[in-house]
Amino acid sequence: MPESTQMFKPHFHEEARPLAYYQAKMNGYTALKKALGMTPDAIIDEMKKSNMRGRGGAGFPTGVKWGFIPKQSAKPKYLVCNADESEPGTFKDRDIMRYTPHLLIEGMLIGAHAIGSSTGYIYIRGEYTREAKLLNQAIDEAYAAGLLGKNILGTGFNFDLTVHRGAGAYICGEETALLNSLEGKRGEPRVKPPFPAQSGAYAGPTIVNNVETLAAVPMIINNGGEWFAKLGKLEKSGGTRLLSVSGHVKNPGVYEIPAGSMTIREIVYNLCGGVLGDKKLKAVIPGGSSAPVLTADEIDVIYDIEPLMKIGSMMGSAALMVVSEDYCVVKLIKRITKFYEHESCGQCTPCREGCKWMEDILHRIEDGHGREQDLSLLLDIADNINGKTLCALGDAAAGPVTSFVKKFRADFEAHIRGGKCPNA
Amino acid sequence: MSKLLSQKFYDAMKKLEPRYPTKVALLLPALHAAQEEYGWLPGEVMNEVGDYIGIHPAQVREVASFYTMYNLKPVGKYHLKICTNVACCLRGADELVEHCEKKFGIAVGETTPDKKFTLMEEECLGACGTAPAMMLNDDYHENLTAEKLDQLLAGLK
Repeated sequence: MPESTQMFKPHFHEEARPLAYYQAKMNGYTALKKALGMTPDAIIDEMKKSNMRGRGGAGFPTGVKWGFIPKQSAKPKYLVCNADESEPGTFKDRDIMRYTPHLLIEGMLIGAHAIGSSTGYIYIRGEYTREAKLLNQAIDEAYAAGLLGKNILGTGFNFDLTVHRGAGAYICGEETALLNSLEGKRGEPRVKPPFPAQSGAYAGPTIVNNVETLAAVPMIINNGGEWFAKLGKLEKSGGTRLLSVSGHVKNPGVYEIPAGSMTIREIVYNLCGGVLGDKKLKAVIPGGSSAPVLTADEIDVIYDIEPLMKIGSMMGSAALMVVSEDYCVVKLIKRITKFYEHESCGQCTPCREGCKWMEDILHRIEDGHGREQDLSLLLDIADNINGKTLCALGDAAAGPVTSFVKKFRADFEAHIRGGKCPNA
Repeated sequence: MSKLLSQKFYDAMKKLEPRYPTKVALLLPALHAAQEEYGWLPGEVMNEVGDYIGIHPAQVREVASFYTMYNLKPVGKYHLKICTNVACCLRGADELVEHCEKKFGIAVGETTPDKKFTLMEEECLGACGTAPAMMLNDDYHENLTAEKLDQLLAGLK
């Protein structure tokens, strides 16, 4: 059993990419061999025991999700990897794909066997052209070695894997929008139910999992679900977490920690060397730009799903964006809101119109033309978006605005009363 | 009518066809491949993509216009897409954009008169740990400064 609590990070370098390295240094494809000798139910049980919770942002238990796939299906079943990595602040999956692509391929093979699928897709964001090429190279290697295609390892198991490139749309990280995009349509989220496990890609039962989630599967199968669960320091969160840390820290980058083993303060000051220029901390956005902001007084929270939910924010895709005292928070939330306005697919009126209104209001506050009633108006609009849209993009736009206005009200008021940004 | 898209395009599509249960699923890969040949997606090229897949030209446009990476207008030989999302802004992306606007004498969204450079602001590129980042055509450039950007641009013909 591996002693290190880092499963991914030690292999994040160029030499780790080829199949030869993967087989020699990472027990490559031994988990597949083991899994093909197990029943699908036994694999799903192992995943349930592992307390693996989806790394894309929702944190849903992976084993439970796999268990939703019907055993019998008239239509083909599909396994889709969500490699859209579009939540601002997130860049961990890029490292998995460019350095350890075989980990993902093996994870998908095992997942496919567990749900009874013979067709998989990796939906990768269009901008990651280099990563798509590297994945295709690794897939070619796997085909050549008889690890993909027909009769894999002589067991009669077949699996074809295709990289499908997106084309620049944040919303395609939402799983049903992703499926539409995979089918050659506009990336507009679908009405749920039916959920993808009943009717997903091409109307077949479909599982959509994040890159990091799938890449952990070989290690779970090789070392056991209990081993993985115990890596985590909290009851319900197993394994390690890849953190994407960016913004005003001395050492931004991808880090790997046992789930629930550190507070945000420890991450910022110990792991990442502290705030850039030794300035005072103003804010931390803890889970991608959709996560409600935290003030410098709130960072003693354990960095994991439940503790963050308890204080009204979220861990999301484990992307922390750190902001120092001299950056204008009004400018920041205006930029975040502009993003959601740009990326709203336009299907739901509250999101389509509301994001634009919030952006306009934030724009005028930043420009010094804000009005006293604008802050309550912002909260009112956000409230009218939150929970009233087909997908989570609406909530993702509303949550940050509400939290910035509530937590940094004095900064907004200074803009409105002073007629300009006090830092300008 | 002679084809606008090359044999290479049709060969690549033929190879992809068995990977998908429907032909419409080829639309995104086909648009990527078509854009690789023209640098953008002229109307006639989109029509040909539609013919190949067997869908109405309007359906091709409906999809192409949804995604920001499909250029529905011609772009310069060098297409700069500077990320100005949160992490990059925190690390000085705004200054990079300003620097380019001054250098090229154009605003964001425009192309230089010699058709050499197109300047765009981009949403998050997923390279936040090495911010500020930008794409130059298909390639990422990270940890950028105005100086590094000037060096990079000076090496372009």
